This record gives sequence, structure tokens and C-alpha cells, in this order.
Amino acid sequence: MNCRSEVLEVTVEARQVEEAMLALLHTILLHRSTGKFHYKKEGTYSIGTVGTLDIDCDFIDFTFVRVSSEELDRMIRKAVSEFKEALSNSGSDGIGQISLEFYQKKKSRWPFSDECIPWEVWSIKVNVVNLANEQERQICREKVGEKLGEKVINVVEVINRHEYLPKMPTQSEVDNVFDTSLKDVQPYLYKITYQITDCLGTSVSTTMRRLIKDTLAL
Amino acid sequence: MDSELSPQDKKDLDKFIKFFALKTVQVIVQARLGEKICTRSSSSPTGSDWFNLGIKDIPEVTHEAKKALAGQLPGIGRSMCVEISLKTSEGDSMELETWCLEMNEKCDKDIKVSYTVYNRLSVLLKSLLAITRVTPAYKLSRKQGHDYVILYRIYFGEVQLSGLGEGFQTVRVGVVGTPIGTVTLSCAYRTNLAFMSNRQFERSAPIMGIIVDHFVDPPCSSQRPANMGQPCNYRAPDEEDGGQFAGVQDSQEVCNTSFSTSPPSQCVCTLSPSPSKLSKPLPLDSLQLPLAPGLVTHTVLHTGKEGGVVLVPAQPPQGADTHLTVEHAPNTPGSSGEDDGLSQSGEGRRDDRRSVSPSDPVESLNAFTRKVGAFVNKPNTQMTIASLDLPFAAFAPRGLDTEENDPMVHPPESPPCLSPLQGSLHSEGSEGSGPQDDFVMVDFRPAFSKDDLLPMDLGTFYREFQNPPQLASLSLHISSQSMADDLDSLPEKLAVYEKNIDEFDAFVDMLQ
Repeated sequence: MNCRSEVLEVTVEARQVEEAMLALLHTILLHRSTGKFHYKKEGTYSIGTVGTLDIDCDFIDFTFVRVSSEELDRMIRKAVSEFKEALSNSGSDGIGQISLEFYQKKKSRWPFSDECIPWEVWSIKVNVVNLANEQERQICREKVGEKLGEKVINVVEVINRHEYLPKMPTQSEVDNVFDTSLKDVQPYLYKITYQITDCLGTSVSTTMRRLIKDTLAL
Repeated sequence: MDSELSPQDKKDLDKFIKFFALKTVQVIVQARLGEKICTRSSSSPTGSDWFNLGIKDIPEVTHEAKKALAGQLPGIGRSMCVEISLKTSEGDSMELETWCLEMNEKCDKDIKVSYTVYNRLSVLLKSLLAITRVTPAYKLSRKQGHDYVILYRIYFGEVQLSGLGEGFQTVRVGVVGTPIGTVTLSCAYRTNLAFMSNRQFERSAPIMGIIVDHFVDPPCSSQRPANMGQPCNYRAPDEEDGGQFAGVQDSQEVCNTSFSTSPPSQCVCTLSPSPSKLSKPLPLDSLQLPLAPGLVTHTVLHTGKEGGVVLVPAQPPQGADTHLTVEHAPNTPGSSGEDDGLSQSGEGRRDDRRSVSPSDPVESLNAFTRKVGAFVNKPNTQMTIASLDLPFAAFAPRGLDTEENDPMVHPPESPPCLSPLQGSLHSEGSEGSGPQDDFVMVDFRPAFSKDDLLPMDLGTFYREFQNPPQLASLSLHISSQSMADDLDSLPEKLAVYEKNIDEFDAFVDMLQ
């Protein structure tokens, strides 16, 4: 099975990084989350309801829709702030990439840990710019808003191709496909990683460290 | 070509498409209400949440949608369209976007109706939620209220995009293949907002109040009606209030969808009817439509927005030549305030509604007789300003002059003046009538002055001091310079303030 990979690129000011990432990640997760499954006898299940919430950005002329789940929002915000910190500490060049990967777990026999097989990866490349004055910032506010709108349309286009999605799992397999740890919604299993490119162009990657950490944590 | 589709599947598919259409309309209209939408997730499924999404059902919107569909389903050649338009307080209107739910012939025979189609329709609704916040009309709708309102209109049949102007763009929200055709959802939106840039949306009190007439679709739904549609505003009914229309659960059906995973190829889908049948929808005659013609309602009255005063005529329309509510219960303005439904929330605002003098609404209503004959004009009493020999003649009640002669609508071309008398001064002594080409020298007779004996009387005073030199600090040149300086020095100032943040906090604490 091939993993579907999509790349989105945005150019933003430093203070807009957080909201731009939240907007795009939440838009993707909105489409990749379902209600909680409730398995009943005879192998049937019913699905809970996913609520939605409009979020206005403060630094960008943009409003996005996210899933109504504070837990999920907290987790995404945590990942985005780590990315933002890393980006701001990296140096003045400010190019980074944050990736949202949806994967399935495949049980392996002991002593091997479970395999994580990605089936969709969204990579968001970020270029951070510094602007000289308030007028440019105002223009940037609007322009970034428009760009994010275009990215949302791109995301929707990809998702509505209705390409591969993991099969709906049985009760015993549900944790291999979905993240069932949240109490109100159920996104597909996902992980967020990031990479920062410093000004010399070499890649200072924390991805490997994170992957190993995640694998060991399973 | 649905011979391979089992009757149960066909029935389910029709139901899915019907509810998908209704939910689509809800999402679109709610996205144009001008406020942020928030619904809760619920881990336990409730029977009424179609497509497992928390999308509220505004009863009036459902009613309009069902009226447009008239028992049919979107099909090949029969599209369901939601048209969003803007109407200014001056009565001009413009179509902003048209959302189309269409069906084409491309069938996907192998797809599982009760499972895959259902889930894909759910994803499509999520996409619609996201895309409705991205098109230009969203930002316009968030700012609606004082200067303009957003209206919606649902129609069924052929898609009409001619009202969107040249160069309109299309965005496809998504497609879902079904055994009987492919459902497509798209939006065509206007890019040429030139009409709007010519208008001045200044934050000043409107000349007239904002009015929203309740328009009716013509009997022939395939024709484009000349009217505009429903306003995008909504006040959630109070808890005890059942609302005037059928509630969330559609007439008799509840979505109790359950899915099976064992074995994976089988899908069990149960859609059970609701145990309690809802009461029949009320007959139209007895409905008190929340918006009767001539009533003035407002769309958004949030704090932070320009405080839209809701003007309600203190007197009921006289000789009302309404095309709509003759058969309805009389909607006196007084009672309209209590109508739930489409008047905006903000309970405190209701009190503002009556604080309007009788002359204003009548004036304002006359300006809006353009589209539908909501009110019959009173016969014009031909009083011209010149015949009035009064001070403050410009404000004398003049009955119902037409707009062209109304100096309040078309002020005389003159520099900003401090008083109506000065205004008449600047127009060379003409007594307050409309823009003139000829200057007529008339004796200037200011009010309350005796213009005979005193050496320095009021008239002389006016003449001598009517053109004072401009204050230096108000000159544009200097003010723009200082503005630029101010902006440039902002970052430094902010840095200083941030450094002294403790001092400021201490100061604030001291004040409390």
C-alpha cells in the first residue's frame, strides 16, 4: 500500500505561525475524525456525534472550523507550540516543516514492537518572514488569510478524492486504526513531527528522535 | 439503472440524499448568519444527528428548503441551489454566491450505500463547513448588520449564475458517487465587488433604518423570482418555545444508523422511524411569520459590531398593500418584538425597539418601497420648502417628498457646515431646497434676530465669521505627517511599555 503524501506551503510572519498551523492541521483533522464508536453485540457499532467550532484568528484575517474537542485541541496546540519554539530558536532563516501523519498499527510478534504504517502524510512547509512596518503587516494579514483559504480548498480537494482509507475495524482492532484515547471524538491514529532547516541549509532533524521515542513508548 | 440496487438500499439512498440536501442548506445559511457557530461533540449517538455531525437545524431554514424541494430530490437536471446575496440599507442588492447541489449520470454501482456513501456524505458536509468559511461572502456576512444584510434564497431546478457578474469563480467542495449518480457540491462566487466599493460603508448612523422584507417565492419555482429571499439571521428559540415549525427531527424519521464490522463486507444499517410521530406542520394560514412586510428587523446585534438599532414602526402600516400577510394574523409591530425566530438575540435590545419616534419609521419605510409594495405611499402633500417661512426650514415636516427632492438624502453640495442655517448660508441664501445651479441673492434673515437697529447683529456676525481660516493643527499635511511618525515610533513605544509592564499593572491594581 502506498502512502499518500501531500505538501502545503505557506509564507507567514513569525506571530502568524501558530494560527496558520492550527488552521491547517485542524482542517485536516476535522475530515479525519469521526464520532466515538460504540460497539454493540453482533458486531455492529454506532457512531457518536462530532461537533464543530469556528475559530477566528487574531493575527490572520481568517476563520477556520475545528472539531469541538478540547482534548484534541490541546494536543495539537502543544505540538504546534513546540514547532514554533523550535522555529524561532533556529535562527533568522526560519524555514521549517511540520508533518501530520496518519498511520495504522500492525501488530507484530514479541519482541518486535508494533509497526506503524503511514497511509497519509500531510507536510506543511513554513517560511517565516520579517516585515518592516505596520502597513506591510496589515497587507500580510489579509494575504495570508487568502492563502490559507486556498490551502483549505486544496486539502478539501485531496480528501474528496476518496482514496484509500483504512477499513472500519472490529472492536478488537479499533486501536490499530483510531486514537480512542479521547473521550468525545475519535481521530484516525496520527502523529505530528517537525523539521527545522537552519540558515546553512542543513537539516536539523528531530524526526528520528521522535520516531524512536514514539515507537518505544508503544 | 437502479435495477441492481435493492429496494432497501434505494430507500436508504433517497433518504440520505434528502437529509444531505437539508443539512447542506443548514450549513450554508448558518455560515452566513454573521456569527460563529459552535456545536458540541457527543460520544453517545443521538438519533437526530445525521451524518454523525452536530449541525443544528434552524426550523425556518428547513421549512424553506422543503418548500423549495417540494417533495422532490436533487437529481439529474434538478439541482438544489442556495443563493446568497447582499442587500444594503439603501435598498441595493447584489448576488454574492450560489451553492449548487447537483447530480450527474456517472454511477458507481459497486459502492455500498449504507456505509460508504453515508460516510462520504459526512466527509462532504465537513468539507462544506470548511469551505463556507473561505469564500469572500463569509467575511462580508460576519460584518453584516449596520450597512447591509445577507439574504438567502433556495431554489430547485436549473442553476442560475448570471447574477454573479463577470469573472465569477467556482470552487468544488466535493463529490460522492452513488449507484444512481454522482452527487456534486460546488460554489460559484462573485469576484467583482465593484458595486460595493462605490458605496461608502462609513460607520455613521444610517439615513434610514435597516429593513428586511419578507419575500415570497413565486408559484413557479423554476422562474427566477424578482425578490431577494430570506435574511440570514436567527435567534435560537427559548427552551420552552417549541418554535413554529417542525423541529429538529424531520417529520417522522430519525437517523439511527448502526454499522457492522463482522464480516467486513456486510453492512447492517437500520434507520428506524421515530417512536413518536410529530404533529403535523401547522397550516400556513395560521402561522405568524416572524417577518411581516414593513417590519424592520435587524440581523446582528452583537457588541463589537456597529450598534444596529432595530427600528420598529410605532404605528401599524396604513392601507397596507401587502402581497403576503393579508391572510395571516395581524402582525402589529408591538407583537412582532415578541415573535421568536428571525429577530436577533441580545435580549436587552428588544427594549430599544420602541424608542423611535413615529415620524422616522414612516420616513424610512418610504425609502424601501422599491421592491415590493409593502406599503402604499401616502399621497404626497405638496409642501415645498420654499413655501415655509420658518427657521430650521430644512427640518420642517414635509410629508412624504420623493427622494430626489429630499435634502436629507441628497444634501446640497457644500462644505461641511455647523448648523442648518449655515448650510443655507452656503447655498447662497436659498432656503434649504436641493442642489441648485443658479444663485439667487435673497436677504439673509437668520432666526431670532432683529435685523434693523443694532450695529452688530446676528446676520452681520454670521457673514463676517462664516469662513474662518482653518486651524493649523487640523491641516491634512501636518496630520498625515504626524500619523506616519506615530506609526513609525510605535515599535519603540511598545518596547518601552513592555519593559514597564510592572508599573502599569501596579497602577491598574491601584485603581481597582
